[in-house]
Amino acid sequence: MRVTVDRERCVGAGQCALNAPEVFDQDEDGIVTLLVREPEEADADGARAAGDLCPSGSITVHED
Amino acid sequence: MTTSTGPTVVGFPRRTPEEPLPLSQYASHREQNGLVLSHLPNGVPVWLVTRHEDVRAVLTHPKISANPDNEGFPNVGETMGVPKQDQIPGWFVGLDSPEHDRFRKVLIPEFTVRRVRELRPAIERTVDERIDAMLAAGDRADLIGDFALPVPSLVISSLLGVPPADRDFFESRTRTLVAIRTSTDEERATATRELLRYINRLIAIKEKWPGDDLISRLLATGQLTSVELSGVLLLLLIAGHETTANNIGLGVVTLLANPQWIGHERLVEELLRLHSVADMVALRVAVDDVEIAGRLIRKGEGIVPLLAAANHDTEVFGCPHAFDPERSERRHVAFGYGVHQCLGQNLVRVEMEIAYRKLFERIPTLELDVPPDGLAFKYDGILFGLHELPVRW
Ligand code: HEM
Repeated sequence: MRVTVDRERCVGAGQCALNAPEVFDQDEDGIVTLLVREPEEADADGARAAGDLCPSGSITVHED
Repeated sequence: MTTSTGPTVVGFPRRTPEEPLPLSQYASHREQNGLVLSHLPNGVPVWLVTRHEDVRAVLTHPKISANPDNEGFPNVGETMGVPKQDQIPGWFVGLDSPEHDRFRKVLIPEFTVRRVRELRPAIERTVDERIDAMLAAGDRADLIGDFALPVPSLVISSLLGVPPADRDFFESRTRTLVAIRTSTDEERATATRELLRYINRLIAIKEKWPGDDLISRLLATGQLTSVELSGVLLLLLIAGHETTANNIGLGVVTLLANPQWIGHERLVEELLRLHSVADMVALRVAVDDVEIAGRLIRKGEGIVPLLAAANHDTEVFGCPHAFDPERSERRHVAFGYGVHQCLGQNLVRVEMEIAYRKLFERIPTLELDVPPDGLAFKYDGILFGLHELPVRW
């Protein structure tokens, strides 16, 4: 699994940092940052949930 | 492709004593082809959106606007004393991208998950003080007036940097805004004016003597004019008050009926979904012809996405009316969706979690002081909630 984020679209709701803190963080402007590009199996569900929950479509999860 | 048959026309959603949140009406609307057409209390036709998928589509569509100045924006009646957009330049929930985003970006750092975590000790103190006051006053209380309303107001005023001595003034004025049953339009307009005047004074003080608070930090960014800043602050104050209070109150009722879930880690999320107090808050209007769920919505037609309906959509949430913190589906839209999704959501989560934990820890014998069928639900306002919640211990 690979994760990409679009920092331009991000509205800082924080759903990703809340639901998958191993994969996502908010920088000091509150905008999404990626902690890991290719999450381990253990963090995969969290990353998927963050993708589903993100209100601005800033997170894409690639299942390759 | 648009559907060829005409839309089903239905009554405007109504909360009743039998059904204080009109979920059975929503369930039947979801069965219809596409969207259903209804009429606002003022007679204007409007589209009701009740499926989870369609609500998300409406709230992210680039040609669907949140700006009430657009022709055809739905007027659902009661306005909570909120002035029109042109009078309050910082009221950014009523702006579309990109104008909206400028305000939002300035505010995000104040409401991140991390930032809100830092506020925990202050929130715990506020909650404890309210419980102390209730316990000192006897063995009965109105949990709305004595707890659920003051807590969010005190939390936001400390976040803004309102001096402790002024927080009661602040709280009493915001309470007037909320009390749609007992306050007049004029009293609410006066309270709004007084709040704005107070906010402007506070801004002037923070300009001279900056402190470690939200207002001082926003001033330091240099991104907002002082007129915009006062609108932003009024929005923070109003958006987060009754919404949070209603959630706390309804949550206590649900937990008293389901005490086995007290302390569950996903409790707050499930309560947000179940009660969906902001059901009818996210109003919109089409600013071009658009297609949603196979229906053509014409430019200038109003749209009412119903968040409670989406949160009780059986396609997404199994047994949606059941209170089940262990359900695996998390995609509720209690905070809306798209660029306007609630800015205060992380603050609310922490406030609710602390409120329930402290209440049931410190008052383990807490119980209703009315029969469950005697609860005073709100039928007339925009938000779903309780007017009062008599409890004893
Ligand atoms: C349980 C309590 C709350 C609920 C259910 C709630 C719900 C919502 C909803 C549904 C929206 C989207 C409105 C739309 O799309 O038109 C929203 C936006 C907003 N909320 Fe909340 N809210 C709550 C508490 C708070 C708190 C505590 C604050 C502030 C401290 C707050 C500040 C805001 C702001 C500023 C917006 C506008 C965001 C934007 O336009 O980008 N809310 N809220």
